[in-house]
Amino acid sequence: MSTTDTTTAADNTRQARVGLNRAGFTTAIGLVIEREIMVRIKSKAFMVSTILSIVLFGVLVGVSGALPSLFSSTDKVAVTSAGAKAVEGIDDIETVEVADVDEAKALITSEEVESAVVESQDSPTGVAVLSLRSAPESLIGALSLTPEVELLDPDAPDPALTYFIGLGLGLVFFMAAMTFGNTIASSVVEEKQSRIVEILLASTSARVLMFGKVIACTILAFAQIGLTAVAVLAGAAISGNDLVLGKVAEPIAWFVPLFIVGFVMVAALYAAAASMVSRTEDLPSTSTPIMMLIFLPYMGVIIFSSNETVMAVLSYIPFSAAVAVPMRVFLGTIEWWEPLVSLFILIVTTLLALLLATRIFERSILKTGPKLTWGQALRR
Amino acid sequence: MITLENINRSFGDKQVLHDLSFDIGDGRMTGFVGSNGSGKTTTMRILLGVLAADSGRILVDGTPITAGHRSAIGYMPEERGLYPKMPIIDQLVYLARFHGLTRQAAKKRGLDLLEQLELKGEPTDTLESVSLGNQQKVQIAAALIHDPQALVLDEPFSGLDPAAVERTLGVLTDFASSGAPVLFSSHQLDLVERLVDDLVIINDGRLVAAGTTTELRRQRSLPEWTLQTDADLGWVRGLPDISVVELDGNWARFTAPNADTAEAVLRKALTVSTVSSFAPHEVALNRLFQEVTQS
Repeated sequence: MSTTDTTTAADNTRQARVGLNRAGFTTAIGLVIEREIMVRIKSKAFMVSTILSIVLFGVLVGVSGALPSLFSSTDKVAVTSAGAKAVEGIDDIETVEVADVDEAKALITSEEVESAVVESQDSPTGVAVLSLRSAPESLIGALSLTPEVELLDPDAPDPALTYFIGLGLGLVFFMAAMTFGNTIASSVVEEKQSRIVEILLASTSARVLMFGKVIACTILAFAQIGLTAVAVLAGAAISGNDLVLGKVAEPIAWFVPLFIVGFVMVAALYAAAASMVSRTEDLPSTSTPIMMLIFLPYMGVIIFSSNETVMAVLSYIPFSAAVAVPMRVFLGTIEWWEPLVSLFILIVTTLLALLLATRIFERSILKTGPKLTWGQALRR
Repeated sequence: MITLENINRSFGDKQVLHDLSFDIGDGRMTGFVGSNGSGKTTTMRILLGVLAADSGRILVDGTPITAGHRSAIGYMPEERGLYPKMPIIDQLVYLARFHGLTRQAAKKRGLDLLEQLELKGEPTDTLESVSLGNQQKVQIAAALIHDPQALVLDEPFSGLDPAAVERTLGVLTDFASSGAPVLFSSHQLDLVERLVDDLVIINDGRLVAAGTTTELRRQRSLPEWTLQTDADLGWVRGLPDISVVELDGNWARFTAPNADTAEAVLRKALTVSTVSSFAPHEVALNRLFQEVTQS
């Protein structure tokens, strides 16, 4: 900021004599960005939600490594001498030696043990499981005969994991777009509602205001998500959860640029939507279509995460690319050039969205009274 | 001097300004009067560059207005607004920096202005935490923060209590007396009459009258006189070239084509009664305004 200040000061002394002293385009955008960011940073609500989400995600991943041991429990099992042989090598059980079937039954009835493994003539395995109401499945599973399993591709992506990566990235994009979309929208409406926008427009242009807000929101969103990502990685390192660290590095490398560009597009559209209303109460009516544009492809990515054709299509749609492309990278079903094409399409769409949004913003920002429809805003 | 030349502007099918032309002289307070919806705010927005004109041009001392000129105008829009939740001094600094002031210079000027305007409260308070009257002071400070070379104020007195009106008036007259052009719109014609040097009256987006207040009075109607005697003045009605506007027993107000004709009335009155007063009557702007907007 200090360099900007010195140039402005120099311009100021030179221009003061002729009465020309308006701040330049980039300086003015810088001012808007600075204010938007400072206002958010000074806002308790924003800081609390940011810190909460960072801590929450970090802790979640941190403890996730320890989760299996938290949920499993050790069952007490009464065994006769024949039963003891059968349960040998089974984890998670504590055996209580009993002399015969009757003693085992007595222990179960008094609920001192969960179940019992005793000898049985009728059973092909030679043992029977006794239990009070229902037989513990883990025990039965352990005692059952298991056919030999041969893994043809041990490294193939786990469908559950694929689903969760899609869900996770989708959630990050969706939440960021929604949260910061609404942040930028309320910031636009605030200026419109309080009418300060008229003073601002007398000092700078509508384009400066819109671009400044879009850039500021993108920086804030990215900083928030970046910090959360750092917390997640730290949590993963602590819990030794190599899954998060290893396999998703490449998908995330694609997610970042697609997210930034896609976010700029969404933010610009939100700014345009907000410029069309005069009061906060009217905001949902113009911003709902944008929310749908983000929500539908996001749902598509989650629902069709295992359908390659749908995913291929979704990775070229600007609104879903940020989630679909990383997922296909993770699945390995994408050609090396496809993310580039997808990014290119997204950049072009974003530029068009910025043009459109600027046009709507410039035309609508001074209109007070009833809200405009998207059609009206474009026609005017 | 700022000159507006043949400004036209339409919103959709509705033309709100028709070939509007007038001047705002240096060091002069120019009142901008017109009924609601007559195009005052649109004209001011075009002057500030907040809106674009469909055609016509604006000149500053004879050369087309530039963004730099516009930046040197202090503007107070009709619907007041600053950031309610932002500290007072911070928003003044923010606005000033768009005009190229450094943060330090803006802060110093902002604090000086707030002191000058006698703000009750700390400059670091948020705007919404101070009283409405003090918010109004901040609004004026916002218009003056970049040391403007001209002022454009849309309804600067609306919603102000008498003390605040006086304070605002003081700021404006000080500013104009420094040689800068000042344009302000108002519905409060009594105030306008007291304040302005020049008057611009528009109706339905068309210029109805412009000039100094004295010129306008002279232009718009025949000069008037009032006469007070100790006898009934019914006889004035019968005089040639004289038209009685108002008659109340021993008091009359009448128009005459010139001073000589009016004095003839006085001479006659002196012969039939004792005259206690005889004077030219200044037409109140209120009436002038009604006349021009209704004709």
